[in-house]
Amino acid sequence: MKTDIPAPAAGAGPRRLAWQRRRRSAVRFWKQYRTHRAGLVGMTALTLFALVALTAPLTVGSDVAGVTDAPGRPMESPSGEFPLGTDRFGRDLLGLLVWGSRVSLLVGLLAAVLSVAIGTLVGITAGHFKGAYATVLMRVTDWFLVMPTLVLAIALATVMSRSLGTVILAIGVTSWPTTARLVRAQTLAVESRPYIERAKALGGGHRHIMARHVLPNVMPLVLAQATLMVSGAILAEATLAFLGLGDPTVVSWGGLLQEAREAGAVSSGDWWYLVPPGIAIAAVALAFTLCGRAVESVLNPRLGVDR
Amino acid sequence: MTADASPTPAGKTVGPAPAGPAAHGPWAYTTAVYLRYGVGKLGGAAVSLLAVLVTGFFLFRLIPGDPVKTMTGGRPVSTEQLVAYRKEFGLDLPLWQQFTDYCGEALTGDLGTSYQFRAPVIDKISEALPNTLLLTGTAFVLYTALGIFLGTRAAWRHGRLVDRLHTGLALTLYSVPSFWLGLLLIIVFSVGTGPIPGLFPTGGMESGGEEGFAYVLDVAHHLILPVVTLVAVEYGQTLLVTRSALLDEMGSDYLTTARAKGLRDDLVRRRHAVPNALLPTVTLVFVNLGRTVAGVILVETVFSWPGLGGLFYQALSVPDLPLVQGLFLFFAAAVIIMNTLADLVYPLLDPRVGR
Repeated sequence: MKTDIPAPAAGAGPRRLAWQRRRRSAVRFWKQYRTHRAGLVGMTALTLFALVALTAPLTVGSDVAGVTDAPGRPMESPSGEFPLGTDRFGRDLLGLLVWGSRVSLLVGLLAAVLSVAIGTLVGITAGHFKGAYATVLMRVTDWFLVMPTLVLAIALATVMSRSLGTVILAIGVTSWPTTARLVRAQTLAVESRPYIERAKALGGGHRHIMARHVLPNVMPLVLAQATLMVSGAILAEATLAFLGLGDPTVVSWGGLLQEAREAGAVSSGDWWYLVPPGIAIAAVALAFTLCGRAVESVLNPRLGVDR
Repeated sequence: MTADASPTPAGKTVGPAPAGPAAHGPWAYTTAVYLRYGVGKLGGAAVSLLAVLVTGFFLFRLIPGDPVKTMTGGRPVSTEQLVAYRKEFGLDLPLWQQFTDYCGEALTGDLGTSYQFRAPVIDKISEALPNTLLLTGTAFVLYTALGIFLGTRAAWRHGRLVDRLHTGLALTLYSVPSFWLGLLLIIVFSVGTGPIPGLFPTGGMESGGEEGFAYVLDVAHHLILPVVTLVAVEYGQTLLVTRSALLDEMGSDYLTTARAKGLRDDLVRRRHAVPNALLPTVTLVFVNLGRTVAGVILVETVFSWPGLGGLFYQALSVPDLPLVQGLFLFFAAAVIIMNTLADLVYPLLDPRVGR
């Protein structure tokens, strides 16, 4: 592949060489990612959502969630003043939707990071240390894989206190097994390469091999998996909030849907209360899925969508 | 799936046929080999079930919070009553004794007494189970069939408009929260919006008072919206898996041979490609049963369907810990048993598995 980056000058240090290589592969990655139209759409959508969530303190402010002096009357239909109507406390639903994006995105991202971190740790160690340890670990993974994840998450959330930490933990510790399996497979593939044997011969310990040789090689896979996990985590957060297991003190999209149902928006046909949060959840989840699939198909063309 | 399955991603434990010597062709599959495989799978399932039992116990015991206080819901209760409750639910015994009692009871089908209904948990479960089986069974058959059918179509026309349309729709519906879709369907088709009158009931399973054939029709009428919701959110996964499994097969030599024999495109697909692509699909359909359970809980909650999912929601909003625990054990055990059954059937479908 031709790139505009010059070939490494003679005498360049190993560190500089490594950076050059990294830059070149990033450029190559972007060039291939650009060819996936769905991936670009997803990325654009995510950028928009991120902007909305990050600028929310400036655009709507935190008082939008206050129930004490709500600006409107309860359950107003959409109007010029309230483009999406008001909720049962008379709060502006558009403002709540914008403010809720912060919690939904934050919980989704953190839960996905936790889940992928556990999965990576389990996967790499199970792939590196063979024998009984790996067998037991993979048994546990398989057990978690077939378990009804939501039931487990609900059980966890029921017995713990209602907080965002609980939700993140409940999603994170129940959704890691797919990542663990993928990472283990990749670890086994990497560890069969000769340079691992060389590293061992030079005296590299377990930690050195796992952290310096295996981890960088499974990182791209982990990245793609993390992107895909976020959409699942956002859906799981919405589900837990809808079942009344979220943090009741914060506004999230799932929480809005739960309130709408409790306020009787379904039987009175108040669609403006129900439709926007659901569309927001679906749009963010879809955007993350599209990005994740595009990343996956760039990094691993055999698994990818366009093969 | 065994612990030391081949190093492939989840659900793809089925590798290409091992190139064994010709003497051990595909029919050299003996009963002894199958028995050993089956016993291994059953042993694994037993360990998994035991793990579920242990998890169920510790999850609901060791985490802080006094179950008796939760049960009385903050109402003023005298100390004597608290002691009586503790005794009734066996909470005054030492932990190890609670654990052995619990294991013994769970194995004999006694899952404790619901705080909320003041009835044995197992009775509540067996009351609700047929309703859930009706809903889930109907939806399961429909979404699997639809997913396989559309997935095959999409893969065969890979990259064309049909493919992109189906993949796009599947991905979109896959991202939609099932409970939200259910609520929307209720607003549009049950409450009625604009010109659309309320065509379907808003929830429940029967209107009451019907008998015989009219009753069956009434239940079917109540069944339509929940089934549509479940199928819509679940078929996408089957579609995507079928599609990628078939795409994996499509470059294979045997398909070229089949075409070279002069078979019609349609026959190549139905007789040669699809049967081979089906196995990974079936595997994943079963592994994803856990996800289906989630869908069932939400859909039953939204449509007030008197099944296990609706019961679970009622239990966790109290929270009625014995009922939550019992349902947790039941859901997990059901999924594990279904997966084991599937594992036992595969080698009969495909001799490459289990050798």
